[in-house]
Amino acid sequence: MTTIEETRNVPEPRGAAGGDVPLLEVRDLHVEFHTRDGVAKAVNGVNYTVSSGETLAVLGESGSGKSVTAQAIMGILDMPPGRIPKGQILYRGEDMLTMSNDARRKIRGSKIAMIFQDALSALNPVLSVGYQLGEMFRVHQGLSKKDAKAKAIELMDRVKIPAAKERVGDYPHQFSGGMRQRIMIAMALALEPDLIIADEPTTALDVTVQAQVMDLLADLQREYNMGLILITHDLGVVADVADKIAVMYAGRIVETAPVHELYKRPAHPYTKGLLESIPRLDQKGQDLYAIKGLPPNLTRIPSGCAFNPRCPKAQDICRTDVPSLHPVTERDGGGLVGRGSACHFWKETIHG
Amino acid sequence: MADLEKTDESMDATPNVTEVETVDAATDEEAVAAIEAPVERGEPILQVRNLVKHFPLTQGILLKRQIGAVKAVDGVSFDLYQGETLGIVGESGCGKSTVAKLLMMLETATAGEIFYKGQDITKLSGRALKAVRRNIQMVFQDPYTSLNPRMTVGDIIGETFEIHPEVAPKGDRRRKVQDLLDVVGLNPEYIHRYPHQFSGGQRQRIGIARGLALNPEIIICDEPVSALDVSVQAQVINLMEKLQDEFNLSYLFIAHDLSIVRHISDRVGVMYLGKMAEIGTDTEIYDHPTHPYTQALLSAVPVPDPESREGRERIILTGDVPSPANPPSGCRFRTRCWKAQDKCAQEVPLLAVPERFKGEDTPAAHESACHFAEEKDVVHAA
Repeated sequence: MTTIEETRNVPEPRGAAGGDVPLLEVRDLHVEFHTRDGVAKAVNGVNYTVSSGETLAVLGESGSGKSVTAQAIMGILDMPPGRIPKGQILYRGEDMLTMSNDARRKIRGSKIAMIFQDALSALNPVLSVGYQLGEMFRVHQGLSKKDAKAKAIELMDRVKIPAAKERVGDYPHQFSGGMRQRIMIAMALALEPDLIIADEPTTALDVTVQAQVMDLLADLQREYNMGLILITHDLGVVADVADKIAVMYAGRIVETAPVHELYKRPAHPYTKGLLESIPRLDQKGQDLYAIKGLPPNLTRIPSGCAFNPRCPKAQDICRTDVPSLHPVTERDGGGLVGRGSACHFWKETIHG
Repeated sequence: MADLEKTDESMDATPNVTEVETVDAATDEEAVAAIEAPVERGEPILQVRNLVKHFPLTQGILLKRQIGAVKAVDGVSFDLYQGETLGIVGESGCGKSTVAKLLMMLETATAGEIFYKGQDITKLSGRALKAVRRNIQMVFQDPYTSLNPRMTVGDIIGETFEIHPEVAPKGDRRRKVQDLLDVVGLNPEYIHRYPHQFSGGQRQRIGIARGLALNPEIIICDEPVSALDVSVQAQVINLMEKLQDEFNLSYLFIAHDLSIVRHISDRVGVMYLGKMAEIGTDTEIYDHPTHPYTQALLSAVPVPDPESREGRERIILTGDVPSPANPPSGCRFRTRCWKAQDKCAQEVPLLAVPERFKGEDTPAAHESACHFAEEKDVVHAA
C-alpha cells in the first residue's frame, strides 16, 4: 500500500541544450503597478533561462516578485494597473511581449502551461472537472465533447486519480486537496506543453500529500522532458526537485546557483540568513537566527542594494550602488558554473 | 452513542493516564481561590482526559434527524506541565484546532474532562469560569482576520481590560497597553494605528500582546507562524520563547510544521484523525519514533539540505486522510499503513508504552498507539 523508497537521488541537470536557443529566456524584465500610493516596482530586471527537462526553482518571500514574473511570462498580468516598461520574454527565441494576442494565445496553454497554488479557487466550482479538463481539447484542438471527455479520463488516469471514469463528472468540491492539485496538474499537462510554471503547487497541502504531488510532478516532467519553473518560498521543497535555483528579493534575482551549491555555500547574505533561520529537524539550537526587519515596501525600495537595511554586512557602498549579479568564483579564481551573487561582498560571504 | 462508550472503556484501560488530583470547591469563592493558586514549575497545570467532540450531521429541514457525527476529537488525553511547551502536530482535519477550541471553551465538549489546577472547567460557571478564561489565552493563526479592522491597536488590546477590569484600573490602561506593545517589540507610539497599517509579522505581535494582556498562565497557540514569511517566522518564534521565560508561561503549540514544533517544544504529541498517535519528549518523538504515522510524517518533511536528503529513507503514504465522519475500524491509520494486519482492523490500539519496550530504559519507551510499534530513525541519514 505504501511505498518505501530507498535513496532518492537528486536528478542530474539534463538537457543543457548545446548551442540551441533555450526554451525560455527572460531578459531584463521590469514590471510595475500604478497604484494610488505611487508606482510599485514589483520586478526590476530579472534574467533567467530554462531548457527542456530542466527545473528552475524561483525562491522568494511574498512580495519578492516571483509570481509576478510568472504571470508576465504567461501573459495573465492585469494590465492596467500592471505595466511592462522594459524587457523581453523569449520563447524559443521569439519575443512574446511583441507578439499579437492571437499568436500568444496559441502558446499559452499548449506550449507553456501553469499550475496555480490554490486548486479550489483556480477550478470553476460550477463545472465538473471532466468538463474543465476537456475544455483544453475542445478549444485548442477542436475535439468533440465526447472525445474531449475520453481524453479527460485518460489525463485523470495519468495523474493517478483512482476510479477516473466514475469521477470525471464530479465537481471540484467533491475532491480532496491533494486530488484537486492533481487535477490542476492534469490540466496543465493536457496539451503536453514544453514548459510548466508551477506557482507554489504544494503550499496548501499537508506534508504527506505534498510528497506525493511533488513526486508525481517530477515523474511527469521526466516522462515528457518538460522544462519546469517551480515558484516557492519553501527551501525544503526546492532542495528535493530543483536543478538550479534563483533567489529573488524585492524584484531582483540576488543569487543563482545549482541546488547543491546554494545550500552548501550561499554567496548572498539574504540566502545565508534564510538558510540559517529555519529550524532543522536534526538540530535543536537555542535561539533561531532571525533576519532583522521587514521586506521592503515596493513603492519605496531602498537605494543601492534593496537588502541593505536588513543586512548584517552592509557598508556605505551598499546604500548607494546597486550590485549587479557578479559571477561567483572559487577562492583561487576558478569558475563555478551557474553561480552568481548580487552582493558587493560576495567573496566575503562565500569564502568567510 | 455506542461508539462513545467504547472509547471511554478503552481509555479507562489506558495506563498512561495518571490520576488527576481534583479539587472540590463548594462555592464560587473557593473555586476562584483554587484557580488563583500558583502551580510549581514542572507540575501539571492542565490535564485533559478522554476529550471527545462530535459534530452532529443532520438531515431534513423541519424534522432534523441526526444521521451521524464528524468525530473531530475522539478520546484525547494529555497533561500540560507548568512552564513547558507541548507541541501538537498533525495534518489538517486531525482535530488539533478543535482541541484548542475545546480548551478555550469556545466549543462544548461532547464528553471528557479538562482539569485546570484540579478543577474540571467543563463544569464551571460564573466567576470561576471567568477566572479560568482569564488564565488561558489564545494566539490565532491568521493575523489578517483575527484583528478587527475597525479598531485601533490600543482598543484591540485594551478591550480585554473592559472584560476583566480587575487586571488594570481605568486610568492605567493606556500605559499598560503601551507596555505590552513594548514587550512584544512594537513601538508604543503605534497605539492609535489600525491593523492594516502593519505587516503580517507585526500583526502577529499584536495578537501575542493581546494574549499576554491579562497575565495568563497558559497560552494556546494555534499555528501562530504558518501565515508568516520564513524570515519573519524566526523573529516571532524567538519572541515567543523570550516571553515564555519572562512571564513563566505554559504553551500549547499547535502547528503542522514539524521543524518549528521541534525547535520550540519540550514534549510533542502527534495526532491522527481525532486521536493521539504518539506522545513523548521531543527527542523521543523525533529521534526514536515508534508509530508508523509519525515515521511517515517525519520522513516526508522536505529538508533544506540536499546532502542529508540522499541516503535518507523516504516513506510516501498513499491516499488521503479518511473522513472523520466515517473513520476506519480499529486503528485509524491502518488504511494508509504498510504494517497493517488483521489485528489492526479489529482492535483499537491504546496509547501506552509498547509491551516490547516496557521497563527498558530507552528513548523508544514512550507512549505510542500502535500494535506493532517499532523504533525507526527517519530523521538522520543512514
